[in-house]
Amino acid sequence: MANSVGYHEDEDKLSDETKDRHRAIASMMEELEAVDWYDQRVSAASDAELREVLAHNRDEEKEHFVMALEWLRRRDAKLDAELRERLFAPGSIVAHEEAGNEGARAAAGDVSLGIGSLKGGSSL
Amino acid sequence: MSVLHRSLAPISDRAWQTLDDEARKVLKLHLAARKLVDFVGPLGLEAASVNTGRSEALKAGPHEDVTAARRESLPLVELRTDFELTRAELDAIDRGAADPDLAPLQDAAKRIARAEDGAVFHGYAAAGIGGIDQRSAHAPIPLEDDFALYPRAVATATRLLRTAGVDGPYAIALGPRCYAGLLEATASGGYPILDMVRRSIDGPLVWAPAVNGAIVMSTRGGDFELTVGQDLSIGYASHDARSVRLHLLESLTFRVLTPEAAVAMTYRNPEPARPGGPAPRR
Repeated sequence: MANSVGYHEDEDKLSDETKDRHRAIASMMEELEAVDWYDQRVSAASDAELREVLAHNRDEEKEHFVMALEWLRRRDAKLDAELRERLFAPGSIVAHEEAGNEGARAAAGDVSLGIGSLKGGSSL
Repeated sequence: MSVLHRSLAPISDRAWQTLDDEARKVLKLHLAARKLVDFVGPLGLEAASVNTGRSEALKAGPHEDVTAARRESLPLVELRTDFELTRAELDAIDRGAADPDLAPLQDAAKRIARAEDGAVFHGYAAAGIGGIDQRSAHAPIPLEDDFALYPRAVATATRLLRTAGVDGPYAIALGPRCYAGLLEATASGGYPILDMVRRSIDGPLVWAPAVNGAIVMSTRGGDFELTVGQDLSIGYASHDARSVRLHLLESLTFRVLTPEAAVAMTYRNPEPARPGGPAPRR
């Protein structure tokens, strides 16, 4: 089977966990690229029914992206912390960043050890 | 400010980092269930229960011709174990000590790992948690200390799973007695018994210090669910001039969704005390 073209280091130096994270990230990139392509086609299509079909397909790609993101979040404590800190926060995103640095540092002391799932690790 | 109160502790960022790293290292070695079951979470400390989808009809309705049913849920249980470190050792970390005495932290990490795994594999009735061995639909396979019999017992377990319609990958959680014995045992000709066990197991072999005997189970997913609210964290309780009192905390519950997906292997005779286990990976 072909190796991923996205590896930038020797494959035998990468752990199974790193390879799985790479697979998830590559999938998310593909899903978002598909969203962008569909989005442009929706914008350009002249037939109303075709626009509806393409918009439906585009939105399904968003679901696929979020599923892969959730998989990665469960295995990446830092990503989990960032998502919890920044998603669904009201007001200016930039203002939240500037005001949040101090608070984020303080809150960083309160986060868990980030153990999460250990499934998929090495065998004895 | 979270329930962990870490910002109140007289502990530097550098020392916190050392404590967290050490706890993480010990926990990742000693936690076994998380290597085998589905993990849901972390949902945060505010998560209180898991929806079971069941309800119980109440005998008396609240009004004439009105019936009532109480929804059932599985509450998360908070596990906490306390430990104490000397301020002298914490100060030593700030001075660059590479070998601080963190034995109380290591012991606490082992305790809470045993507690979590014990609840998953053998149940924790007070918290309403049924363990994998308790909920298994299969009769336990008896084990002897003759390790030459192990490969056949494991093959029997995987056959039971397969004939019950449970697909693999099949994994095995090895308790300390099984692990220590299998590591040393060889068949005639010097072939390691552990390698013979591996032939029947296409999933991981996991050292599981909280397990009594061994458990063969499917890791295909959807059969066992560990739900974690607050994931394992170090919190601060109090301090004086000599020491700092801390704790390890988590909230969790566990449920078996497919009782046919695991087979327990248990010893007939009482366990002789046998230390053992892999060395921590640094």
